[in-house]
Amino acid sequence: MKLDFEHIPAGHCENGVISSLLKYHGLNLSEAMIFGIGSGYFFAYMPFVKVNGIPLASFRPVPGMIFSKAAKRLGIKMKKQTFRKQPKRAMDELDKVLEKKLPVGIQSGVYHLTYFPPAYRFHFNAHNLTVYGKENDTYFISDPVMEYPTTLTYNELKKSRFAKGPLSPNGKMYYPINIPEKIDLKPAILKGIKQTADWMLTIPVPLFGVKGIRYLSKRVRNWPEKLGPKKAASYLAQLVRMLEEIGTGGAGFRFIYAAFLQEVAEVMQDDRYNEQSKEMTKIGDKWRNFSSKAAQTCKGRSADPDGYNTVANLMLEIADDEEKFFTKLKKLIK
Amino acid sequence: MEKDKVPQDEGITGGVSREVQYAIDENGKYIKVMSTGWEPKNIVNNLAWEDIQEMVEIADEKIKTGKASPILHFMAKTQMDVTLLSDYIELPKWKVKRHLKPKCFKKLKQEQLENYAKTFEISVDELVNFKPEK
Repeated sequence: MKLDFEHIPAGHCENGVISSLLKYHGLNLSEAMIFGIGSGYFFAYMPFVKVNGIPLASFRPVPGMIFSKAAKRLGIKMKKQTFRKQPKRAMDELDKVLEKKLPVGIQSGVYHLTYFPPAYRFHFNAHNLTVYGKENDTYFISDPVMEYPTTLTYNELKKSRFAKGPLSPNGKMYYPINIPEKIDLKPAILKGIKQTADWMLTIPVPLFGVKGIRYLSKRVRNWPEKLGPKKAASYLAQLVRMLEEIGTGGAGFRFIYAAFLQEVAEVMQDDRYNEQSKEMTKIGDKWRNFSSKAAQTCKGRSADPDGYNTVANLMLEIADDEEKFFTKLKKLIK
Repeated sequence: MEKDKVPQDEGITGGVSREVQYAIDENGKYIKVMSTGWEPKNIVNNLAWEDIQEMVEIADEKIKTGKASPILHFMAKTQMDVTLLSDYIELPKWKVKRHLKPKCFKKLKQEQLENYAKTFEISVDELVNFKPEK
């Protein structure tokens, strides 16, 4: 049994899955729209959370949050289930829902996804994909970060749904059960924007929002001296990976947000959002420049402090830009 | 970024897939463009794999000098630390740490060896008879 499900490649897994699940049920909302409404734009530096032994910098809120916020603001009811230590039940339940002709969103560990290029396969557990059918031992998979639909065996899917470590999925699955006939996007958009602006500007902890970018900039500057050239390069490399690699659509989701603002301009019939989108594109371009310079700095793991100073300066510049940007955007939505 | 500036370098997806990149078209409108890869991404991804490879080499050195059991090699190779491995094996960390010692490793029961082998996706034979290269 294979549902008539359209595979839509996306920049980011979480928004991509929701967007295509909703599309199956007749609601056309782009990945970018879900991302904006779900307040997906963020910055956080969390030295107390380590990934591969390196402090985590993230350009998005915790996994699952975009999804739940977007659903709530749109009035969509989702059924969510987790199955702690019950892999068999988790798979049975998935089969049952598929039999009802409903595609299902699944949280999964990346390490066990055999269809991924080897270079992707790290222990990261907050990936999302859609299961849209089953034949014997094979499940049909639509993974938004893949160009084409793919498959997994029963055991592979089970393993990935029960990956261990931080953010372990515990078999989490979800699907929409109630979508309102008429959805007014405007209030949802405004709520999404307001929260992002607040998060970026006013969280009174220096690790989040634009303050977080400035804080990390200070750290980056000291990395070569504090950590030595080898470790400093690993740290900077991971920062670039968070920006560009982990399904961000480029520049740490900044371009997706610019795409969102264009759609907002249309919904609101307000050209000022198009202007804001252009500003956001410039910010995204600056992050791309940062990534490029940072990668050059890591390459060969040279301890040249100039490279680190250059990227740290770029971060300060971007922090200022993002601060100005969200201050203006906040005024727009008033 | 403009759509014709979306990089199309040979990349880490190795021809298996292409990635979505958001870019603007000639009318300034955002579209999704497929990208084969970008050299800066290759650089940073390679660095991460270098770090993993280095962990494996350190593990092998310890195994050769009798300071660690073969588990350390496969733990490094599968990008795990003791915390993650103990999660998968469903044993407390202190036990896993003991199994990393050659002496305790030799005393492991078949059932426990199978458990480790299964987690590493290898056979018990490969685990028990592992010899570092060189």
